Amino acid sequence: MELTEIIKPENQVYGKPRLMNDNPMHYCPGCSHGVIHKLIAEVIDDMGMEEQTIGVSPVGCAVFAYNYIDIDWVEAAHGRAPAVATALKRLNREKMIFTYQGDGDLAAIGTAETIHAVNRGENIVIVFVNNAIYGMTGGQMAPTTLVGMPSSTCPYGRDVALNGYPLKIANLLAQLEGACMVTRQSVQTAAAVRKAKKTLRKAFENSMAGKGTSVVEFVSTCSSGWKMTPDQSNKWMEAHMFPFYPLGDLKNTE
Amino acid sequence: MEDIKLMKGNEAIAYAAIRYGTDGYFGYPITPQSEIMETLMAEMPWETTGMVVLQAESEVAAINMVYGGAASGKRVMTSSSSPGISLKLEGISYIAGAELPCLIVNVMRGGPGLGTIQPSQADYFQTVKGGGHGDYRLITLAPYSVQEMADFVALGFDLAFKYSNPAMILADGIIGQMMEKVVLPPYRQRKTEADIRQESPWAVQGKLQDRKVNVITSLELDPAIMEENNNRFQAKYRKIEETEVRCEEFQCKDAEYLLVAFGSSARICQKAVELAREEGIRLGLLRPITLWPFPKKTIEAYGAQAKGMLSVELNAGQMVEDVRLAVNGQTKVEHFGRLGGVVFTPDEIIAALKEKLLKP
Ligand SMILES: Cc1ncc(C[n+]2csc(CCOP(=O)(O)OP(=O)(O)O)c2C)c(N)n1
Repeated sequence: MELTEIIKPENQVYGKPRLMNDNPMHYCPGCSHGVIHKLIAEVIDDMGMEEQTIGVSPVGCAVFAYNYIDIDWVEAAHGRAPAVATALKRLNREKMIFTYQGDGDLAAIGTAETIHAVNRGENIVIVFVNNAIYGMTGGQMAPTTLVGMPSSTCPYGRDVALNGYPLKIANLLAQLEGACMVTRQSVQTAAAVRKAKKTLRKAFENSMAGKGTSVVEFVSTCSSGWKMTPDQSNKWMEAHMFPFYPLGDLKNTE
Repeated sequence: MEDIKLMKGNEAIAYAAIRYGTDGYFGYPITPQSEIMETLMAEMPWETTGMVVLQAESEVAAINMVYGGAASGKRVMTSSSSPGISLKLEGISYIAGAELPCLIVNVMRGGPGLGTIQPSQADYFQTVKGGGHGDYRLITLAPYSVQEMADFVALGFDLAFKYSNPAMILADGIIGQMMEKVVLPPYRQRKTEADIRQESPWAVQGKLQDRKVNVITSLELDPAIMEENNNRFQAKYRKIEETEVRCEEFQCKDAEYLLVAFGSSARICQKAVELAREEGIRLGLLRPITLWPFPKKTIEAYGAQAKGMLSVELNAGQMVEDVRLAVNGQTKVEHFGRLGGVVFTPDEIIAALKEKLLKP
């Protein structure tokens, strides 16, 4: 059989999401951001919401998310995405609004904006990528860095006496009345990716149904920041991140 | 019939905002401007014009809500007083960098730090010299009456949208709190999505098939492009400086000496001019209405003919630097101010004039 006979539309079982463009990604090999971008692009397309969706990108590795998914975007100041999204949604009620934030952005500098947007029950989706490190600025300690885990600003490992404990911000957010859904997902296996996509779709549907805020945390890797290969990172995440940040729904209101 | 009401400057801002067809107000309480949000909340404009009013968790959140709303092409505003404006400066820099229109109100109080809740004009530098990071400019309007508080809402928004740039109403505790007669502006329609797509094609409203994606950002890592962006901003600022200067002259034509003052200080200086003329001193007053763009040319022209100028400000000498730059050594320029929330009387101003300029 010739290759041209095989490559036909009717034989295609998988493709690049329509809303992902061809811009070369700046993410490092093995980074979770790329897969999560793909899921968002697919969900928006599946829902037929391309023309109604506005994304809010953070300051962090995902600052350039707007270069990869072909929808309208606003790039927010560090930590302020939930405030930006609040106004976007309140002033444009029929639009679908989401933020995309790292752990430094969401759980350190932007803690107040995050908690209050969720507490007000803003009808937005917060996509939270927890890689336990500041990727963009070169691997400094994050609020979610595990105890004993090294980073460039805790080179001998996070020391509780010096730096306090890693922050389980999703657990905190799940306590808030305004949250209709708080969940932890991952994207290191095909099964996890499929499950995450379903969850993400539910989150976006919640926002359009006016149910309140949905927070989808992705427990993620950062091979460069962690100084591991992508494969080692995934294994390390499963062994160390998952026990502290267990996957699954913290809250899922029907 | 004209719609004449008696109200505080802060209330005038709120009513003017509703009537202008403002889409959203986002604020955080702080004296002496809390009546702005209180009035809006009491009026419930979301039930009439559809205007959204939201009390944010901080000034930082409020200005970033403004950023988000402005990004979608809406008419959005916030208000605060000095300490709160300091917190908003990061956001203001982003808004300027992303070239978004919005209106910010600063009802100044005395500082530094928590300072006092009494009136002051000590945020002049912060407002017209930057404040936030980067080479940006804030269109700055200085109202001196309750009427101008109402009128400058429309003027501020119009200029902001004309130039895609943030505009600020720089008032102070006196103008915010005092009550005067005011003619409220007529109602205007809020913009529809179709209006926004047409008038602000850069706005994020969702990508339809007929256009490329819109991205609102101040980020550009390529220095060559970032320099181009900055050159574009600067060209816009020069254009604003050429076309949008506003300055009022009181009894200047025959004046030997001139006071230069804005906002509440100008109000007090008007009385000082009257009293001085009764004494036979030919005194006039120049009142910059736009603090940026600064009325350089007018002041320069009067600098050539006046025997001296006194910049009268409720601060330790801020605008006086711009007056001196404009006058460029043609005549003597002095400063008189009171600090920390204390307000001068017309007599004190005349005494300062005599002491600093008239004494042989
Ligand atoms: C006000 C402000 N402070 C600090 C920075 C520098 N900075 C850029 S990204 C970042 C941390 C990002 O980490 P995270 O949110 O975890 O996202 P990641 O890069 O890991 O995806 C910091 C501190 C900034 N841009 N703005």
